[in-house]
Amino acid sequence: MLALHPKVSVRPEPFGALLYHFGTRRLSFLKDRRLLDVVQRLDGSTSVDDALADVPLAEQPAFRAALATLEKTGMLT
Amino acid sequence: MKLVDHFATGLDAPICLTWELTYACNLACLHCLSSSGRRDPRELSTDEAKAVIDELQRMQVFYVNIGGGEPTVRSDFWELVDYATAHQVGVKFSTNGVRIDAAAAQRLAGSDYVDVQISLDGATAEVNDAVRGAGSFDMAIAALGHLKDAGFRDAKISVVCTRHNISQLDDFKALADSFGATLRLTRLRPSGRGADVWDDLHPTMAQQRELYDWLVAHGEGVLTGDSFFHLSAFGSALPGLNLCGAGRVVCLIDPVGDVYACPFAIHDAFLAGNVRDAGFGTVWRESPLFLELRQPQTGGTCSSCEFYDTCQGGCMAAKFFTGLPLDGPDPECVQGYGELALTGVTAVPKPTGDHSHKGGVRGGPVPLTLSLRRPDKICDESPLAGLPV
Repeated sequence: MLALHPKVSVRPEPFGALLYHFGTRRLSFLKDRRLLDVVQRLDGSTSVDDALADVPLAEQPAFRAALATLEKTGMLT
Repeated sequence: MKLVDHFATGLDAPICLTWELTYACNLACLHCLSSSGRRDPRELSTDEAKAVIDELQRMQVFYVNIGGGEPTVRSDFWELVDYATAHQVGVKFSTNGVRIDAAAAQRLAGSDYVDVQISLDGATAEVNDAVRGAGSFDMAIAALGHLKDAGFRDAKISVVCTRHNISQLDDFKALADSFGATLRLTRLRPSGRGADVWDDLHPTMAQQRELYDWLVAHGEGVLTGDSFFHLSAFGSALPGLNLCGAGRVVCLIDPVGDVYACPFAIHDAFLAGNVRDAGFGTVWRESPLFLELRQPQTGGTCSSCEFYDTCQGGCMAAKFFTGLPLDGPDPECVQGYGELALTGVTAVPKPTGDHSHKGGVRGGPVPLTLSLRRPDKICDESPLAGLPV
């Protein structure tokens, strides 16, 4: 089950959010507030599907791709 | 709206900020952008500095770039570093290496959240020491050696690119590789004492091209602090933000708590406020200067240039300190518009602060100066004239 890496800090911004990984020093941007909601919902969800429940089906592939990128860069683990 | 447009209108807090902890410095580098040397008696106290860190934590400023002066000469330097990292504020600090002995290197190797940048402006002692002072090359190399021996991983070698070291880029890279370090190249600015040596040290047009090509060839393996976006007008954009972040995504806190729009703009014209008055957050969110910088910029005479999208008219500080209008070309505009504009400059801004050592430091770079004092008497040829003997 995906979750935020414990060394990642999330800062909400008007455009979405900034993510900073204190281990890798990598900075990432979430360009959609709804993606921020999904990321924050991962903690406490039983599955990615569960976290994506409020996202319209047609948009879910894009959200899944974004989550995959965040996993690849170590923001999610 | 593109992400970069959001950045241009300002964020709720800076992504990172530069914090010059002290104007005190053991060196007297010719191009020092903060005109450092002597400690300012109004320097923030330990408690005041900790209060700033508390506020940065509340604002979720992820890390600070600590500099000076030479920050490690503050007696509470390590206390403040530990305090910051214990409060979710990561630290990257720049040093000439003077206090990075074996014990300090061990301490740094044991920390997860501290990055170290060793300043070096020549890949050889000859080139480096001419700008930074006698012995400064050896001092930096010794510090890098201690860090490597202690197992500190991925130190940074931070280089200000000048006319005398552009030809050494490959040597810098090899030097960094030999220490397991990462090379960081940044742009010389005509800020602080940099204004005095700008004409002699800033890279020639041919060297700017050489630098651009080198940066393109080495990509993201070399850090630049996004400081060369004016070079993007040679062709494709370099990696990074390609945006002047002054007052929008970055800023500077100086040793006495003054907040400036960027690290290269320590001048009253770019002073937004002081952390001692209403706190850093209030300055960041409400200062009229920062609010103005976050307004849409017109680009002025540059807006019709085909490279304006990536170059953005270059560096605000470089324009200001060379006497150019802020809504025109950068003095180092690679399309040549800067040189043209400079021919019309009649006056450059006077500095509004100077903490330079009076009389220099031992081994410091010594530019040739002429005495302006008249002889006591027109016919007085004795070398002891006027001295109490």
